[in-house]
Amino acid sequence: MAVVPKFVGERIKRREDPRLISGTATYVDDVRLPDTLAAVVLRSPYPHARINSIDVAAARSAPGVVAVLTGGDLKDKVGGIPCVAPAEHIPFHPLLAQGKVRFVGESVAIVVASDAYKAQDAADLIDVDYNPLDAVSDPEKALEDGAPVLHEEFGNNLVTRALVPNPAVDEAIAKADKVIKFRIVNQRLAPVPMEPRGVLANWHQASGHLTIWTSTQIPHLLRSGLAAVLGLPENRVRVIAPEVGGGFGAKLNFYREEALVAYLSRMLGRPVKWIERRRENLAATTHGRDQITYLEVPVKKDGTVLGIKAKFICDMGAYLQLLTPAIPGFSGLMMTGCYKIPAMSFEQVMVFTNKMATDAYRGAGRPEAAYIAERTMDMVAGELGLDPVEVRRRNFIPKEAFPYATCAGLVYDSGDYNAALNKALEIVDYPKMRAEQADALKHGRYVGIGIASYVEICGLGPSVMLPPKVPGWESATVRMEPDSRVTVLTGISPHGQGQETTFAQMAADAFGIDIDDVAVVHGDTAIVQYGVGTFGSRGLSVGGAALMMSVGKVQDKLKKIASTMMEAPPDQLTFANRTVALKSDAAKSIPLQAVVDAAYGWKMPIPGMEPGLDATSVFEPAGCTFPFGTHISVVEIDPDTGVVKFLRYIAVDDCGNIISPLLVAGQVHGGIAQGIAQALYEEVVYDENGQLVTATLMDYAAPRAQMLPRYELAHTVTPSPLNPMGVKGVGEAGTIGSTPCVVNAVMDALKPLGIRHIDMPLRPEKLWRAIKDAKKA
Amino acid sequence: MFPGQFEYHRAASIKDALDLLKRYGDDAKLLSGGHSLIPMMKLRLAQPAHLIDVTKIAEMRAISESGGKIVIGAAASHDAVANSSLVRDKLGLLAEAAAAIGDVQVRNRGTIGGSLTHADPAADYPAAVLALEGEIKLERDGGARTIKAADFFLDLMTTAVQPGELLSQIAFAPIPTGTGYSYQKYPHPASGFAMVGVAALVSLDRSGKIASSRVGVTGLGAKAFRASAVEAALAGKAADAATIAAAAARTADGIDALGDIHASSEYRAELARVYARRTIQAAVARAKA
Ligand SMILES: Cc1cc2nc3c(=O)[nH]c(=O)nc-3n(C[C@H](O)[C@H](O)[C@H](O)COP(=O)(O)OP(=O)(O)OC[C@H]3O[C@@H](n4cnc5c(N)ncnc54)[C@H](O)[C@@H]3O)c2cc1C
Repeated sequence: MAVVPKFVGERIKRREDPRLISGTATYVDDVRLPDTLAAVVLRSPYPHARINSIDVAAARSAPGVVAVLTGGDLKDKVGGIPCVAPAEHIPFHPLLAQGKVRFVGESVAIVVASDAYKAQDAADLIDVDYNPLDAVSDPEKALEDGAPVLHEEFGNNLVTRALVPNPAVDEAIAKADKVIKFRIVNQRLAPVPMEPRGVLANWHQASGHLTIWTSTQIPHLLRSGLAAVLGLPENRVRVIAPEVGGGFGAKLNFYREEALVAYLSRMLGRPVKWIERRRENLAATTHGRDQITYLEVPVKKDGTVLGIKAKFICDMGAYLQLLTPAIPGFSGLMMTGCYKIPAMSFEQVMVFTNKMATDAYRGAGRPEAAYIAERTMDMVAGELGLDPVEVRRRNFIPKEAFPYATCAGLVYDSGDYNAALNKALEIVDYPKMRAEQADALKHGRYVGIGIASYVEICGLGPSVMLPPKVPGWESATVRMEPDSRVTVLTGISPHGQGQETTFAQMAADAFGIDIDDVAVVHGDTAIVQYGVGTFGSRGLSVGGAALMMSVGKVQDKLKKIASTMMEAPPDQLTFANRTVALKSDAAKSIPLQAVVDAAYGWKMPIPGMEPGLDATSVFEPAGCTFPFGTHISVVEIDPDTGVVKFLRYIAVDDCGNIISPLLVAGQVHGGIAQGIAQALYEEVVYDENGQLVTATLMDYAAPRAQMLPRYELAHTVTPSPLNPMGVKGVGEAGTIGSTPCVVNAVMDALKPLGIRHIDMPLRPEKLWRAIKDAKKA
Repeated sequence: MFPGQFEYHRAASIKDALDLLKRYGDDAKLLSGGHSLIPMMKLRLAQPAHLIDVTKIAEMRAISESGGKIVIGAAASHDAVANSSLVRDKLGLLAEAAAAIGDVQVRNRGTIGGSLTHADPAADYPAAVLALEGEIKLERDGGARTIKAADFFLDLMTTAVQPGELLSQIAFAPIPTGTGYSYQKYPHPASGFAMVGVAALVSLDRSGKIASSRVGVTGLGAKAFRASAVEAALAGKAADAATIAAAAARTADGIDALGDIHASSEYRAELARVYARRTIQAAVARAKA
């Protein structure tokens, strides 16, 4: 029989891909149930308006229409959308607007008909009498006296104020050689997953069971949320996340339509489906970022950073989604980055505006932090006339200092920041690149080199770090089936990350079986034990750790049984090549199948042992992991047009041990694409009256392949001590390293012109204007 | 994105299409690649009750040479134009413009007739069709007329096509050997359309001076246009960088430039000047080669 190879660490192609690239995957819209009705949501064209009346008579009597609901029909019948993060002001978040709309795209009515065309025809017949109100889209203006108030019950637009004071920062400011002050903006972004959201609900009247297929990252948490909002027992609600075409944090949430469609299915006793259109996705799926930060950075002449003091204005939008006010916290806590900065303090003012809610978006608070830290390092270098590499080296947390407790109270698990920086510098050939840059400038060419050494939080996380009802543990069941194939049931809910591959690699190696002998099942609450979900780069480091716990339990049982069959102590046994073998002599083995047969009780050799081969475990991490790395980009700016061209892009990422190199590369590629897009292209724009300008992909500049450079990827490996695999997580790293790296490169190119900072996205026009003005001056 | 209800008709011939147009009048729209019309229908900005598909009419898809002209059927896809050896050999500028449109899927479905009739201010083709002085044939019940490209584009998404008319083909004189050409665009970062696009044709006389030039510009204003001030400034001059730069500086003269969040009107005008300069330079370099 052929030898079974090892899989962990090998370049394994994703086992998910054949169905994805052949168009045979099953997304929500591909699930077809007989007699399904279609729902269409009518949305507000106004950013802020009172609803005087809604006339649905014509819609109700339109052909094919089964039901039309407005906010009034739901009043007191169903709960609101939960926000589990603490905040001073949490407004009631209705499923359909109640008396007032507060952002463009807010759901006002829902129409259910025999098909989506008829539902849309009927929706067009609904007559809403709006009384438009003044709106506010600028979060700083929203705080001013006299600003239009979104939620009258609070009297103003404050969501909450978070304070992390530290007098040591003010002392440092008083003593510093220099205090560098600046304001930077992390603009609002739209996650734009390829598959928009979608929900299919099927209420089974006779048994009182509700089944929901929805495009989500958190099927279990959503089950709990739905049960609560609809007043159903949790054991009567089944949530299925079928194939999910990307989430990026936007599907780490609980949306109005999920509850609405479920409510309607129960009301009508028929399956109801709603599929989000792209315009709805841009207007009514959560956005990310949208933070303004004012910084004061006391420094010594030699580039030592003595502290960071920050004030954040965080735009939460009109309502609070699941984690909305929790996101900025990460930005504050992580803004000291890779640096042994002795003191930090911050104030965060979170604000309601007439816009869609913000919430997690790839990186969720850490990209903002890395942007602050890495722009700070370049600002320090620029103001003191030092090399940005030198400033970073001077302030790095040294590798001997890990585990390192930061001044913000976080404990970084492991790191070697110089190693990643050195490797990136070596790849780019830094001294040579600087010489080429100087030479280019002599010829009137603006070349810039940008460095970003980032650190971020992954493996979310110990439960204490997360809000209530979004715990940080993860679960896994491992079952060796009677034919010695393995089924893994994981509580995470991958939607592009690829754990069907990595988990199969890990389980295959653990049992000495082939990767094709492992099936990884996820995303169905009726099949999989309660779990938490996929976000915060936790799939492998938390979910994988739970998997390994269960693997260990099944291995132990197999070894115990085999030990009686082989007359060898269990700890002398190992799994290889579909056998249980002596560690010392692989030739002395028995087939794995023989042990499995025994375990299933046909020839159970241990009297009294419980038959079967499965185990369920929950892993509660002791802490978060802190992946890091250095990205370097080299760009050239066309002074005639302001267009940025990439000459090089180097990413050195340290995500601990690597289980699946191709998957890591894929995550880094996608992450860099989204990070570069924040730096150069993307911005959700609402005009000053709250109207959504980037309402379609004709206006919202999501990146495409030709807008991106070729990536040169490399790694350093610093294992995490916090999980048995020594992994850290890599889902967001690319996004976090790339944004500051690209902005730093562009600013470096424009430094000879005396340009200090330009806010993202660095559209060609902004650069062209800055260059023109600088040349005039 | 669900369009209103409509009836689909597949026209077998131009006559068939014209009959259907006559029968349904204002309730009907011609359907070519559908890449502009269908998005509008999905947004319910257009709600025609009848669609008349012209893409199955063989003569409207044909690309041929006749009477010394290259004739492109209105329903020829962007991809067919970009990859036709006839067009590449004799009408290279048009092939370049076609290849610059959208992506593979868009080029496989979108058609030249649809693009010209839709007259999106940022469409690529109009710049090239203007510079190539295409002759556009419009058929109607009981007759046909041919109008010059320069008379075709009237305003924002408005052309000389009258109700009941169908654009059947566009004819071009081949580009003479020795004439250099280039089409260059700055793609809009979101839509991929031309933020500005410039098509230039330049021929030099024996002494290397510019004998004639034709410059078409798209993306800048409400409609594509010939940059006649630029052409005048080039005429009879040495084909050097200074002349080209001075001429290109007049690209946006008299144009009410469009603006959006990605490019204000002021910046678009500057982009047009820069792209005109680069495009003319490239055309001159090819004319010299
Ligand atoms: C994602 C995307 C990206 C795109 N990118 C670009 C780009 O970069 N550059 C660019 O130039 N374009 C771009 N387009 C537009 C594309 O080129 C369209 O194909 C083109 O604008 C319209 O051509 P069509 O054949 O699809 O016309 P249709 O959509 O079928 O029709 C457009 C209009 O013309 C009318 N019409 C069609 N044929 C005739 C005819 N023979 N006679 C009279 N009237 C007729 C129709 O009734 C309709 O009003 C893009 C489109 C999409 C969807």
